[in-house]
Amino acid sequence: MKRVSVFKAKAVLKVIAIIAPLLLNINGLALAATQEAPAVSPVPEVVAEPHAAAEAPGEAHEAAAGGEEKAGDVIMHHILDNNVIAFEPFGEIELPKIVIGGFDISITKHVVMLWTVSVIVIGLFAIAGGKYKNMTSRQAPKGLANALEALVQFIRDDVAKANIGKGYEKYLDFLLTAFFFILVCNLLGLVPYGATATGNINVTLTLATFTFFITQAAALKAHGIKGYLAHLTGGTHPALWIIMIPIEFIGLFTKPVALTIRLFANMTAGHIVILSLIFISFILKSYIVAVVMSVPFSIFIYLLELFVAFLQAFIFTMLSALFIGLASAHEGHDEHEAGAAHH
Amino acid sequence: MLTSGTILLAGSLLSPNPGLIFWTAVTFVIVLLILKKIAWGPIISALDEREKGIQSSIDRAHQAKDDAEAILKKNRETLARADAEADRIIREGKEYADRLRADISEKAQAEAKKMITSAKDEIEQEKRRALDVLRNEVADLAVRGAEKIIKTTLDADLQKKIVDSMIQDLSTKRN
Repeated sequence: MKRVSVFKAKAVLKVIAIIAPLLLNINGLALAATQEAPAVSPVPEVVAEPHAAAEAPGEAHEAAAGGEEKAGDVIMHHILDNNVIAFEPFGEIELPKIVIGGFDISITKHVVMLWTVSVIVIGLFAIAGGKYKNMTSRQAPKGLANALEALVQFIRDDVAKANIGKGYEKYLDFLLTAFFFILVCNLLGLVPYGATATGNINVTLTLATFTFFITQAAALKAHGIKGYLAHLTGGTHPALWIIMIPIEFIGLFTKPVALTIRLFANMTAGHIVILSLIFISFILKSYIVAVVMSVPFSIFIYLLELFVAFLQAFIFTMLSALFIGLASAHEGHDEHEAGAAHH
Repeated sequence: MLTSGTILLAGSLLSPNPGLIFWTAVTFVIVLLILKKIAWGPIISALDEREKGIQSSIDRAHQAKDDAEAILKKNRETLARADAEADRIIREGKEYADRLRADISEKAQAEAKKMITSAKDEIEQEKRRALDVLRNEVADLAVRGAEKIIKTTLDADLQKKIVDSMIQDLSTKRN
């Protein structure tokens, strides 16, 4: 349906484009004069990128002030962490700076987003968990509890049980929390005034570090200290240890680094693409570009981002489970190939 | 526009932020603990319980099916036995009936034979009695004929001839 209306608009605008290149100049002048026209008018049916729309007027100001180069700054401003939460038309909230013992632990935009995510996740599961407490095993779950149960069961059976195998119950709490936490973080970047905390490498690094420690703990528990150290030699002849030990040692860290970069880059890239598509219309100062290209394409990318939000949360959880499973597996060597295949 | 690329490369995208790391760790751990308490415990135990319930239902269903099959088998066996029994009874009945019929007809034949022989005997007796009577009659006749002959007085040769021819006659008649 959307696509049809877009094509119609496209046809009409083609005619306009043929008749009046002049119109473009007038538009451009009008843009320069008023500056808020394009932000409002081309995007009325765009459910797709509300935060882009919200960001747009601010961008318009800056673009007008400093010219085209500023677009990159604005995009980065949107992606990066800072101390301000902007509710564009209504003003903004300055967040407090806290420095304790030389460490800057100020509350930033992404910290607020993390807390929002925590509240959402805990709220959802408080409702769902409450329902389970009042439920006998003969009753089927309904509504929210049922929806969440489907995801929980998916993580439990297809991620944890499938990759870790025996003794998966110990890691289930971490995997479930990581999945829902990352999922809601990813989705929060797609709503107005939200930001993607998982698009910040510090956040993904911290989450991956949890996986790293749990993986090492699982390995130590499964093989003992001796087995763990023997594992670092790769089971080769002592003459090769001088090569093997550094390689295996680096190998320990590549897994969490891969997790970190994958999640961070995926979330950041999607947002940059959406914002760039929107900004093309501002840079070219054209309604036509906005209607023909920016809006439909960013809707498409936005829908893709919705999918990616689920996919990346799943992949992070899946790989965490896989690493834990590999670390606690009792076979020596083919696990490395299996692990490498996933990088 | 080109600067956006340089910002991406040189900018603060990859810059470390200890504060954010700290808050992420704290937040995540707290969320983990709260969710463990309020959600994962109840949900996972409910799932396990339901799994067990379903498994036991399936087991019970299998058990019931096995039982039903056993009963069905037993019923079939009983039915087969009953059929065999019925067959046997019918067969026996038939055999008995055949035997009975044979017996009866045998008996009847024997009876009939007996009756025939007794009838024959009786006939024989009757015949004998009739012959006796006849003989007496003949004797009387002979006596009477002799009287007549004697009355007509004939010689002894003639008399003899007459008697002989008479006896001859009688004997041919008798045969």
